[in-house]
Amino acid sequence: MESTAIKKTALFNIHENLGAKIVPFAGYFMPVYYTSIIDEHRRVRSTVGLFDVSHMGEFEIKGHDALAFVQRVTTNDAADLKVNQVQYSVMCYPDGGIVDDLLVYRLEDHYLFVVNAANLDKDFSWLQDNLRGAVQLENKSDATTLLALQGPQAETVLSPLVEVDLCRKLGYYYCQPGSVIGHPALISRTGYTGEDGFEIYCAPRAGVALWEALMESGRRYDIQPIGLGARDTLRLEMKYALYGNDIDQTTNPLEAGLGWVVKFDKDDFIGKEALLKVQKEKLKRRLVGFETDGKIFPRKGMNIHKEESEIGTVTSGTFSPSLEKGIGLGYVSTPHTKVGTEIGLDIRGKRVGARVVKTPFYKSGSHK
Amino acid sequence: MDIQEDFLYTKEHEWIAFEEDIATVGITDYAQSELGDIVFIELPEVGSEVRQTEPFGTIEAVKAVSDLYAPLSGEVIEVNTSLEDEPEQINSDPYGNGWMIKIKVRDESELEDLLSAGQYKDLIGG
Repeated sequence: MESTAIKKTALFNIHENLGAKIVPFAGYFMPVYYTSIIDEHRRVRSTVGLFDVSHMGEFEIKGHDALAFVQRVTTNDAADLKVNQVQYSVMCYPDGGIVDDLLVYRLEDHYLFVVNAANLDKDFSWLQDNLRGAVQLENKSDATTLLALQGPQAETVLSPLVEVDLCRKLGYYYCQPGSVIGHPALISRTGYTGEDGFEIYCAPRAGVALWEALMESGRRYDIQPIGLGARDTLRLEMKYALYGNDIDQTTNPLEAGLGWVVKFDKDDFIGKEALLKVQKEKLKRRLVGFETDGKIFPRKGMNIHKEESEIGTVTSGTFSPSLEKGIGLGYVSTPHTKVGTEIGLDIRGKRVGARVVKTPFYKSGSHK
Repeated sequence: MDIQEDFLYTKEHEWIAFEEDIATVGITDYAQSELGDIVFIELPEVGSEVRQTEPFGTIEAVKAVSDLYAPLSGEVIEVNTSLEDEPEQINSDPYGNGWMIKIKVRDESELEDLLSAGQYKDLIGG
C-alpha cells in the first residue's frame, strides 16, 4: 500500500504563508529556505532558529524483548541507557553496509527510533523482517510533529513555555516527557546543528500552537524559521553525516568515522562479523573533511585526486556560511587521509586545490 | 515572481534588455529564487566571444552550481565586476544591479529564438 502522494506536515500552511521556497523532499513538501540560507544559518549560530523537521520517521518499540531487539539491530550499546537517555546509533546490514543512522530513545516503557525521512519505509520493513521474540513495532511517523529549536539562546526561549526548570536540568542527549504550553510533548536536548537546542515531539494538532508560541517567545532574540538548506550547511560544518550522501548501504560505519557508535564488546548484532573483519584488515578509505582554496566549492560526486591518481569522491560539499569558504566531505584512500594533505578536486574540467583539515570545520558550537 | 514586461527571456531563465545592438544579460527573479543565496559568479572577460546557447559562465549558490548560457552571440563589451565582491546583488536586484554582461550582438535574427515576457511567464507557471 504505497502512496506516491507528497505529504504536508502540520506546519505546511505556516511555511507557505511565510513565503518559504518549498520543494518535495523525501515524500514531504518541505521548506528549503524562507529568506536566505546564509541568514538562517547565521541566525542559528548567533541566537536561535526554529525548524519543522516533521518529515523524520518515528518508530515505537515495545514488549518484553524490546531491548534485545534494539541491541541486535543497532551497533551502539543500548543496554546502559538510563530512562530518558538518548543515543546516536547506526543500523547495519549483515555485510556492514549502513541501513540508516538514527537516534535511540529509552523511555519509561518503550524505545523510540528516530530515522531519516528518506529511509522511513525501507527501515520499517527492515525492522519488521528482523523482529524476534515479544516485540511490538509501530510506525508513529504520521502521528508525530517534530520541531527543532536550535541555537545558543534555545534554553532561554523554551524555558517560559515548559514546567519549572525542565530545560535547565535537561542534559545533552537526554529527554523528558512533559508539556509545552499545556500540550503533551517529548522534549529532547538534541539536534543536528552543533548548537545547543531542543527537539520537541508532539501531536500534529499541537504543532501550529507550539510553533507560534516558540516564535513569540524567541522574538527578542530575532528568532527565524529555518529551512532544510541551512539545516544542511549547519550539519556539514559539524561533519555530521547525511544518509544518502556521506553514508549509505555501500559504506560502513568504521570508514565513515562512526566507529564510536560500534560496540564490539556487546552481544551479537547485525553486521558485527563483517565489521570485525573490516577492523582487522584496516580501512582502505576514510571519510575526511577538506577545505577548498578560492571561491569554487566542492559538490557531491566530484572526483578527488592526488597528483595524477584518483583517490576518492566528494560526498557532500557547500559554501560554509560560518567560515566563508568551500568545505566538503569525501571518502579518500587511506594513505592520503592525514590532516594537512594537499588534494585536488576536479571541478568542471579544472583542478582546484583543497586540503584535508581537522573536523568539525566549525569549532565554536554551543552544544554541551 | 517579478517579470519585466519589456525584457526578453530564455528557457534557461536569463533576461535580455536589448537596445541598439547591445544586449544586457542577467538571470530572472525566478532563477535567483530557485538558486537561493548566490555566493560566487564566474564571468567571461571583456573582449571574449560568446555563442548563443553555449555556457558563458557559472554561478555558485550555497546549494548548487549552475552554468550560465549565452542568450545571443557576440562580443562581451562590458562585465559587471561589482558582482565579484557582491554576488548577492543578483538575489536582491536581479533586473538591476545584478546584471552580468553586455553583449554586442552580431546577428539580430537570433532574437527570434528568445521568449517574450508572456511566454516566459507561461514557462515558469506564473
